[in-house]
Amino acid sequence: MADTVFFVAVGIAVLALLLSGIRFALGPWAVDRTVALDAMTILATSLIVAFALLSGRRIYIDVAMVYGLVGFAGVVAVARYLEGGL
Amino acid sequence: MIMIKARALGFLGLWTVWLLLTAPWNTQEAVAGALVALLISLLPFSAASPLGDLKLSPKALAWLVAYVFVFIKALVQSNLDVAFRVLHPKLPIDPGIVKVKTRLKTPLGRLLLANSITLTPGTITVEMRGDDLYIHWIKVADPDPEAATAAIVGNFEKYLEVICG
Amino acid sequence: MAGIIGAFVSLIGALFFLLAAIGLLRMPDALNRMQAGTKATTLGSILFLFGIGIMQPDYLGRVFILVVFIVLTNPVSSNALARAAHANRKRIGAVLSPDALADDEARIAAGDRGTAGTKEATHGA
Repeated sequence: MADTVFFVAVGIAVLALLLSGIRFALGPWAVDRTVALDAMTILATSLIVAFALLSGRRIYIDVAMVYGLVGFAGVVAVARYLEGGL
Repeated sequence: MIMIKARALGFLGLWTVWLLLTAPWNTQEAVAGALVALLISLLPFSAASPLGDLKLSPKALAWLVAYVFVFIKALVQSNLDVAFRVLHPKLPIDPGIVKVKTRLKTPLGRLLLANSITLTPGTITVEMRGDDLYIHWIKVADPDPEAATAAIVGNFEKYLEVICG
Repeated sequence: MAGIIGAFVSLIGALFFLLAAIGLLRMPDALNRMQAGTKATTLGSILFLFGIGIMQPDYLGRVFILVVFIVLTNPVSSNALARAAHANRKRIGAVLSPDALADDEARIAAGDRGTAGTKEATHGA
């Protein structure tokens, strides 16, 4: 029962990731894509933790943390670039 | 004095993160983590200095706990608000940027205020200049700075003034 | 028992993720998309991750660090993005009925440095 509910939750999160991916592909401007990328970073971080639980390997939580850090730095860097230039 | 407090809080924060990361604890790891955290917190740079703005009186700490609950309540409210707007077939938005004023002076207080505003119903902090915050409001109820300040900032400022001036 | 509670908490979090994605698709411009994208993913990830923490108490410490990290950084990145979006507001076609920031920028450009602070003060704060 718990496994089924959790699988449904992971499925919905993957669906959300794909829908954000549509916004990432559609754009139309770089800012819209970066907003979608920001949401996708958080979603991917959460899904990596879910994967850690499903595969039973806690090392993936550390992967999720590093991914979150790098994603945050990346989004802020892109945002600063867009603010100045474009 | 403020720097000592900032370094002590920085040490505690770093060590707490280390202890949470190495969850099944053993003494060696905990001591090594404490030493490294101490070294980092003693480095002569000011990355942790905003932490010195935190007041440590019992009243301030009690209000900090209360603030966490106020924040969680606002976060849930804002998500229900987003749910309503996103799922509504007509998409009821009327966005604009309003200017609000803050009485908070310390960098930490302003950081917390700006972050809290971003996570509360219908508002995102766009820019901060001097005492003015520019807020993107998804449905502008009142463009007048005074009224907008009361509506957006008032609730958090009350707590943050006690916590970190 | 803990497993089933955790799974349902995760499910609620996942629904907020879906809400964020629908918001990203439906909202008309980048600033409004951010409203949905930031708030719903923050609460969504809090619930989703704590749900996993409840299911597997070993993970709770690390999950807590991750949640604190997301709650602290998500508003910061959305603030940086909001500034980028506002700097490009004409290009992204943002409709802002009162735009106090653009008005003040125009006033500063016109030479009146009266009430608005300096750019340097912004970066310090």
